[in-house]
Amino acid sequence: MPKDSGIGASSKRREDVRFLTGAGNYTDDINVNGQAYVHFLRSDIAHGTINKIDTSAAAAMPGVIKIFTAEDFAAVGGVPCGWQVTDKHGNPMQEPKHPVLAEGKVRYVGEMIAGVVAETAEQARDAAEAIELDIAELPAVVDMKAAVQDGAPKVHDDLPSNLCYDWGFVEENKGAVDEAIANAAHVTTLELVNNRLVANPMEPRVAIGDFARGTGDSTLYTTSQNPHVIRLLMGAFVLGIPEHKLRVIAPDVGGGFGTKIFHYAEEAFVTFAAKAINRAVKWTSSRSEAFISDAHGRDHVTKIDLALDADNNFTAIRTETYANMGAYLSTFAPSVPTWLHGTLMAGNYKTPVIYVNVKAVFTNTVPVDAYRGAGRPEATYQLERLIDKAARELGVDPIALRRQNFVTEFPYETPVAVAYDTGDYNATMDTLEQIADLSGFEARLAESKAKGKLRGLGVNCYIEACGIAPSNLVGQLGARAGLYESATVRVNATGGLVVMTGSHSHGQGHETAFPQVIAEMIGIDESMVEIVHGDTANTPMGMGTYGSRSLAVGGSAMVRATEKIINKTKKIAAHLLEAAEADIELKDGQFSVAGTDKSVAWGDVTLAAYVPHNYPLEDIEPGLEETAFYDPSNFTYPAGAYACEVEVDPDTGKVTIERFSAADDFGNVVNPMIVSGQVHGGIAQGVGQALLEGVVYDENGQLLSASYMDYAMPRADDLPFYAVDHSNGTPCTHNPLGVKGCGEAGAIGSPPAVVNAVVDALQRNGSNVTHIDMPLSPSRVWDAMNS
Amino acid sequence: MYAFEFEKPATIADAVAALGGEEAQALGGGQTLIPTLKQRLAQPGTLVSLKGIPEMAGICVADDGALAVGGATTHATVAASTEYPGLAGLASHIGDPAVRNRGTIGGSLANNDPAACYPAAALGSGATIKTNTREIAADDYFQGMFTTALEDGEIITEVRFPVPEVSNYQKFVQPASRFALVGVFVAKYADGVRVAVTGASEDGVFRWSEAEAALSANFAPEAIEGLSVDADGMIGDIHGSKAYRAHLVGVMTKRAVAAAS
Amino acid sequence: MAQVSMTVNGAVKSGEVEGRTLLSTFLREGLGMTGTHVGCDTSQCGACAVHVDGKLVKACTMLAMEADGAEVATIEGQANADGSLNTIQQAFQDHHGLQCGFCTPGMVMSAAALLKENPTPSETEIREHLEGNICRCTGYHNIVKAIMAASGQDVTAIAAE
Repeated sequence: MPKDSGIGASSKRREDVRFLTGAGNYTDDINVNGQAYVHFLRSDIAHGTINKIDTSAAAAMPGVIKIFTAEDFAAVGGVPCGWQVTDKHGNPMQEPKHPVLAEGKVRYVGEMIAGVVAETAEQARDAAEAIELDIAELPAVVDMKAAVQDGAPKVHDDLPSNLCYDWGFVEENKGAVDEAIANAAHVTTLELVNNRLVANPMEPRVAIGDFARGTGDSTLYTTSQNPHVIRLLMGAFVLGIPEHKLRVIAPDVGGGFGTKIFHYAEEAFVTFAAKAINRAVKWTSSRSEAFISDAHGRDHVTKIDLALDADNNFTAIRTETYANMGAYLSTFAPSVPTWLHGTLMAGNYKTPVIYVNVKAVFTNTVPVDAYRGAGRPEATYQLERLIDKAARELGVDPIALRRQNFVTEFPYETPVAVAYDTGDYNATMDTLEQIADLSGFEARLAESKAKGKLRGLGVNCYIEACGIAPSNLVGQLGARAGLYESATVRVNATGGLVVMTGSHSHGQGHETAFPQVIAEMIGIDESMVEIVHGDTANTPMGMGTYGSRSLAVGGSAMVRATEKIINKTKKIAAHLLEAAEADIELKDGQFSVAGTDKSVAWGDVTLAAYVPHNYPLEDIEPGLEETAFYDPSNFTYPAGAYACEVEVDPDTGKVTIERFSAADDFGNVVNPMIVSGQVHGGIAQGVGQALLEGVVYDENGQLLSASYMDYAMPRADDLPFYAVDHSNGTPCTHNPLGVKGCGEAGAIGSPPAVVNAVVDALQRNGSNVTHIDMPLSPSRVWDAMNS
Repeated sequence: MYAFEFEKPATIADAVAALGGEEAQALGGGQTLIPTLKQRLAQPGTLVSLKGIPEMAGICVADDGALAVGGATTHATVAASTEYPGLAGLASHIGDPAVRNRGTIGGSLANNDPAACYPAAALGSGATIKTNTREIAADDYFQGMFTTALEDGEIITEVRFPVPEVSNYQKFVQPASRFALVGVFVAKYADGVRVAVTGASEDGVFRWSEAEAALSANFAPEAIEGLSVDADGMIGDIHGSKAYRAHLVGVMTKRAVAAAS
Repeated sequence: MAQVSMTVNGAVKSGEVEGRTLLSTFLREGLGMTGTHVGCDTSQCGACAVHVDGKLVKACTMLAMEADGAEVATIEGQANADGSLNTIQQAFQDHHGLQCGFCTPGMVMSAAALLKENPTPSETEIREHLEGNICRCTGYHNIVKAIMAASGQDVTAIAAE
């Protein structure tokens, strides 16, 4: 029987009520008394020298309050990068300054040149059009391999080249890998593109800066996944505002998917401008603006080799990847193709030696950073496409080849510096074969054939690393932040609890799932627990929500804080029951003395803590409020197996997803309904990447896929119902909940399944197509079939 | 959007008068024009809504049997009509349900987007575009991408469609915009078959005369086997090459013939 | 500036607008009804969907002055008179048909329009109807399921998939 409350229950989401009735409170719903509006003049040139910005005519336009250019920001810092990668020679990466407003040069279409603050948004836009700009256009670099050729135009004149870093991992293994490949019985090689994407949360970004003259306090309302990170980066590195004078509020946020992790120049602008004009300043991005200002995702070009011995055991993997950074380093950009990508190249397989090379490159394009999965989808896609190709070359069953090479004993130390604690890859594959009804494939193939359609089946595995940690290790790897999480648990006198978490919910359902954990621990109703998040003024310093970390790291902090609460309440209960603390048991909201019928209710104990008349004041303080910071000892390693069946229309190349199945190991599951929903959404984004989505720049750096008219978002009729299962949880061994994280799995695991399925469909029809780069649009598939 | 005045006249005469004003522009359902204004790609002084003119809305069968569709009739209304199934089928797949509740046939034909659906129906049916001043044969009306025979201030008041024996429209959508990457309208009349293609050509909607001749002789998909349109002159973009579009013209034509009813 | 007046969720509302004021802007900024969201500027995402004179429309692609005198229904007026969730809203909660909630008002308004015309739509009909409503969170699975459930159809088999 499914549980109806606590851990493991599909509790309905309490936050839904406000979202379903139009009572959500998103940043654009907030209006500060007297606010002005900013419109940003953005570059429509990818690369050029700014000769002149004349704002005089614009400043005289109706409603204009002030126009800001780079000169106004001369005294403040640039937008910082939060991760410093060290290259294969031991040198730090090239790190150009990232100004709030363009200084001297523009480096991508969309870069902010000026901010016009006016009484209304339309007036600000009217005036922005009246700014006279003289920009001398320079040749742009868009293609990564061209960008690192000698003589290529330089994105940053003060850097030696467009190479941000050349990273080798593990550099000491390179010789062994080359040797293993040279001596292999079979080597499979694949060159592929991991297509550039735009995250596209449905809520465009919004930022409102406010300044209180009376106190000198600044407040930023922003669409962020991590308000504390924004406060730290913007306060300490850009504007020089101490954290106690800066409050960052991220209220209801309409999806993030990574692109709302980063600190953006617009946030610094509105905070700075509000103080300068002594009025709140609001910026609301349009969707068109989002396409040229939100950090993009993916954009890798990779060559990968897999060596196998005569028995088809994997013996080595070697990759060479070009990773696009765009024109500037976004907050976590350098970490994505390195530590979030190279460390996952072992996948689910026991390959003795692996070497990963990554060349990060500056181009005249929008900055690129983490997008759902961030590095792990790129690793998974390469590896799982490659294994599929190897199986076809060797004439063996792709599932059998995977099973033969699975890691089966845990813990397992990979040759790429991580240690998998638990997993059962055969179990998820067994489940996948069942829920995907693989035994029925031949019959469905025949049905498709009768309709004149080509059917194909694609299967793949994935592993990811979530809850990136511990802080001291990631510090050695270049992180300029800690990666712990925090929680303060406040118990009120009458027994209700408020949990103030550094995690942030922007769709993940924290407000429902977190109380399930506490309710289970104490034995009270979930409705007695309230979650507070998204405001630096009333939550402890936390790192926010990304990398599938909220429950594994934030939830663990909450458990630790609650354990402190329980320990203290047991002391109080022992006093009230006149018993030894060691004999006190807490169950179903009652403290009882073991072996007796003496008990006291949760609410009586919490009341005693705040009305300490009968209370051991000499031993413990009154009140019930505890904070915990949790820093994990390792990543968590969710894993799974995915299957996709497609039909290809041979006349048009159009691919339709007929079935999609996902068997995941997320460890323990708190709310299965929410977990399934996360997988569904991830699959849709992965299918979107595989079939529909792709950023296209022309050779001059103009964005051709600049709106939903040309960037294809997955819609309801592009997708089927999915079959998902997460019954094979092998609990994480190093966090108190045994959870692993589920937010990114779908997006990581699904693209190779789709592409494998399309290649399968074509090859079953006699085609010799071995690979098509994503997105597998009808025209690309048709071109491949007819080339 | 740039600032503009808004007027909503109740008669064609008042609309014509309003459109005579400086920088005045007609507003049909606005489903293309309003997004265009948001991008500040147009700067009208006055928008004259044609949505408040009762004589321009609705559908009826004319004395000669043709279907007369008022210029301000929404796609949803046409989609729900029964007299001309091929036309209703086409209208039922324009945009999405909300767009169909606002967008109008007159607005679509006046804009003549090269990837819009209605131009294929009008050209493929040999329709007559009636305006406040004259009647224009569809063959004379479409003059290339976003270009028509309409004069400034001229309003499409009605579109008259001769109803064919059988017809069908097949749209292969551009994956992002869901406009036609290639759309083919086929209509079989007693005196011959018309085939109109939208989405594909750099010159906008066009008639595929070779296919018309072949299908007039034998109205069957196999009749156009071996025929092809020249890839030169087709649109090539990030969603498909010229050759791909040329290929799709043949595929969609065959499918439209097979599905015609 | 001009005066517009319309009935919004049963109450007469009026205000000053420019010619270029969108219906979505009037609702959000003029009337403070921020449940209607704006997620794109090309009339595709559908987060702004409302009903005007009983028809589903995109409030970001209609001028406020075009709605002068009209009956407008928004997400704020969808709950039952006692404040409880209506059938569609309840089905979205029951079947986890929303995550971040941003597209949700448009989805609910779109679903309501569909069920008014087609009380028991098939899965395919629902998916086609939602062409103008983009969701980035749910992968649509639970939205489609919720709409089927709201129409009284048995969705237990979908749960088992």
